[in-house]
Amino acid sequence: MMPEASTLAPRIDHLFFALVGLSLVIVLLVGCLVAGFAVRYRRGSKAQRGQLPKWITRDVELGWTAATFFVAIFIFWFAASMQTSEFEIPNNAMEIHVVAKQWMWKLEHADGQREINTLHVPVGVPVRLVMTSQDAIHSFFVPAFRIKQDVLPGRYTETWFQATKPGTYHLFCAEYCGTDHSQMTGGIVVMPPAAFARWSEGAAAQGTLAAQGAVLFRQLGCSGCHGKSARVRAPSLAGLYGTRQPMAGGGFRQVDEEYLHDSIEQPQKDIVAGYTPVMPSYQGIASEGDIIRIIAYLKTLKAGGRQ
Amino acid sequence: MNSDPTRGGIPERGAEPPSYLREGTTVRSWLTTTDHKRIGILYALAITFFFALGAVAAALIRAELVTPSGDFLTNDEYNQAFTLHGIVMVWFFLVPSIPATLGNFLLPMMIGAKDVAFPRLNLMSWYVFMAGGLLALFAILAGGVDTGWTFYTPFSTLYSNSHVLLAALGVFVVGFSSIATGVNFIATVHLLRARGMTWMRLPLFVWAMYTTSLVMVLATPVLAMSLLLVVAERAFGLPIFDPRSGGDPLLFQHLFWFYSHPAVYIMVLPAFGVVSEIITCEARRRIFGYQFMVYAMVVIAVIGFMVWGHHMFVSGQSAFASMVFSFLSFVIAVPSAIKVFNWTGTLYRGQIRFSAPMLYALGFIGLFTIGGLTGLFLASVPLDVHLTDTYFVVAHFHYIMVGGSVSAFFGGLHFWWPKITGRLYSERLAQFAAISMFFGFNFTFFPQFIMGTMGMPRRYHDYPPEFQPWHVMSSVGALVLGFGYLWPIFYLGWSLFRGERAPANPHGATGLEWQTRSPPPKDNFDRLLVVDQEPYLYHPKESTPDEVEQAHAKQKP
Repeated sequence: MMPEASTLAPRIDHLFFALVGLSLVIVLLVGCLVAGFAVRYRRGSKAQRGQLPKWITRDVELGWTAATFFVAIFIFWFAASMQTSEFEIPNNAMEIHVVAKQWMWKLEHADGQREINTLHVPVGVPVRLVMTSQDAIHSFFVPAFRIKQDVLPGRYTETWFQATKPGTYHLFCAEYCGTDHSQMTGGIVVMPPAAFARWSEGAAAQGTLAAQGAVLFRQLGCSGCHGKSARVRAPSLAGLYGTRQPMAGGGFRQVDEEYLHDSIEQPQKDIVAGYTPVMPSYQGIASEGDIIRIIAYLKTLKAGGRQ
Repeated sequence: MNSDPTRGGIPERGAEPPSYLREGTTVRSWLTTTDHKRIGILYALAITFFFALGAVAAALIRAELVTPSGDFLTNDEYNQAFTLHGIVMVWFFLVPSIPATLGNFLLPMMIGAKDVAFPRLNLMSWYVFMAGGLLALFAILAGGVDTGWTFYTPFSTLYSNSHVLLAALGVFVVGFSSIATGVNFIATVHLLRARGMTWMRLPLFVWAMYTTSLVMVLATPVLAMSLLLVVAERAFGLPIFDPRSGGDPLLFQHLFWFYSHPAVYIMVLPAFGVVSEIITCEARRRIFGYQFMVYAMVVIAVIGFMVWGHHMFVSGQSAFASMVFSFLSFVIAVPSAIKVFNWTGTLYRGQIRFSAPMLYALGFIGLFTIGGLTGLFLASVPLDVHLTDTYFVVAHFHYIMVGGSVSAFFGGLHFWWPKITGRLYSERLAQFAAISMFFGFNFTFFPQFIMGTMGMPRRYHDYPPEFQPWHVMSSVGALVLGFGYLWPIFYLGWSLFRGERAPANPHGATGLEWQTRSPPPKDNFDRLLVVDQEPYLYHPKESTPDEVEQAHAKQKP
């Protein structure tokens, strides 16, 4: 087969081989019956035909319908229980931001290190990927980890993995995205923790994502309204991340990366109840990379004390 | 089902009786015909052309993939090649393949009718098909399309620099020919059955055409809408899928698969019908579980509309939606499995003859079973995350659509060839074609399951070298498969001009279409038919093909 390099991989392969086994049984059963009947009852053979046996009735039909149904439901249950248990993202995961564009992967660490088409991660640490696209739909596919997630423009999608073996593994774009789709590939470099620590010491000259975000927050004028001494009645953003906010049109929304992203690009979309929609759109002003930094900064703001 | 004195009667040489082929031989008489049999042949010629076109694209793809890096195509040309292959094979070959050719020819005959309910609409559907085909051809000649057959947004609406509008309009137009054929078949089955031809006496091929038509009529309009939305955004800048203007790129995928998953059943239900006719006749057996076979097709046609989301497990749809679609996808596996068991059961205690159509039909059972089982892998969400958009999916749907539907189409073509053309073909040469197609198919597509599992993504022009052995195997297999497709041209072409004249019922089959001359007269039957029996009465009800038949059969020396 192929390398199993994540905690998920052996579980997926377990399901895979269970299904291969079941398929082999069914293929052999059907194949032997067809071949057996074909030989035994070939035209002119001496095999006895005569009266049909009594037990071949409607009951047989109902019997194998029920049996097939139960097998199908059983596999569904097997797969679905795994889906619910394995796709929960651990809370302590290290965060990597992924911006896909034709035909390149841009990957950013929380400490501000940027990589193109290569991602360095430590072994044994859960890694959460928060991904968006600048243009068409792409898909982040690492076969050795058995993960794949489409990356969409205008929203964040997430997936996670925990690598188990050092090495370099393929990263593919799996959703067709135009001319150089097949060159939109890269590598995930899984390193032992000590080596990873040495690697990540190198860069970070520009400061962490959050620190860069704080600079952008002022440069782009966000602080003019959302800052401490602002005159415009704009909501304070401190401690906002992770809360549930009432919406002007009724209902609530979880303030997650997706919501913050939308609020910067399309501020009229979901207004928090009690505020007038006066914020201008930053579409074309703040790049996807900028927005990631601003969100990283907003997440560091604790309620009560502004920086 | 209706004892007829013409059974087995061989017309005298020279004095050809009037047939639909003799009613005018000019091109004009063909292009203005409203005879369902002639329209079936017009369709057959058209889809043969498109099959050849799609096959050339497939050959280019397989040749290019022999080495990991590009050899003679640029990235854009490769992308255009697989897009051309997909669009042409799905909409201009597979969807019309069995219904518009064999269906058009046989459906009225099988229910004892003179023609379809709306003969002019039938001819119009062919012209609409040709118009759509010309638009698609024009898109290719103008420089090609590179969106893949799926037209995913926002790539197709905002980023592709190819002739998306022309191709989308071509597919849009061709959809109307599907709808016209579907409406026509539904009306025909409801209105024109012969006296005594009750619903539960319909041959399974007719049931297959009926359920297929329902899906065509209900699903195709959704494809038309989604393509119009693509045109609206691309040509007129209407923001529908563009997220920068508040659009939703995923909306397109929902609409597209709401058509395109049922479309899989448009492609495979007719194959079920063909295989049921061949197996019963060549095993001299009543179909095992007729009612279950009918219900299974109806259930597949209905649930087929509720499983589209299994194409979108990694697209970003909610986990709950994925789970529901996964469940329904497992449910729809049940009726398909029932059909496989029933065909197997039909062989039990039969008098099996290994004619070429039967070899195609037996091959169908094997390939469809593998295609169906690998569908269970893809219906499981955690496994689909790994396998989707890899060659595993490519292999899976080729097993269903090519191993399944195309095998059945070739089987049906051979089975009814004597009826359609009035000539016999060489059985030996045809058996050889059937066997090479079966092995060629497996050599081509089985390696794709393996490389897909290893992570080889689909639609890749360049690929990492570790996948090369599997690609080479697949390309070599494609040579054998190509031979299996080309070989029939020679012996069927020979048969057309030099073949022995066919008797009315060369296979000794029970269907009404065999109770008339080969080739049939313009109005199909020389007299009114009354049906008083079930289909497939190859033997008395309570026993199996008896020893009398055995005594007549050729004994081994």
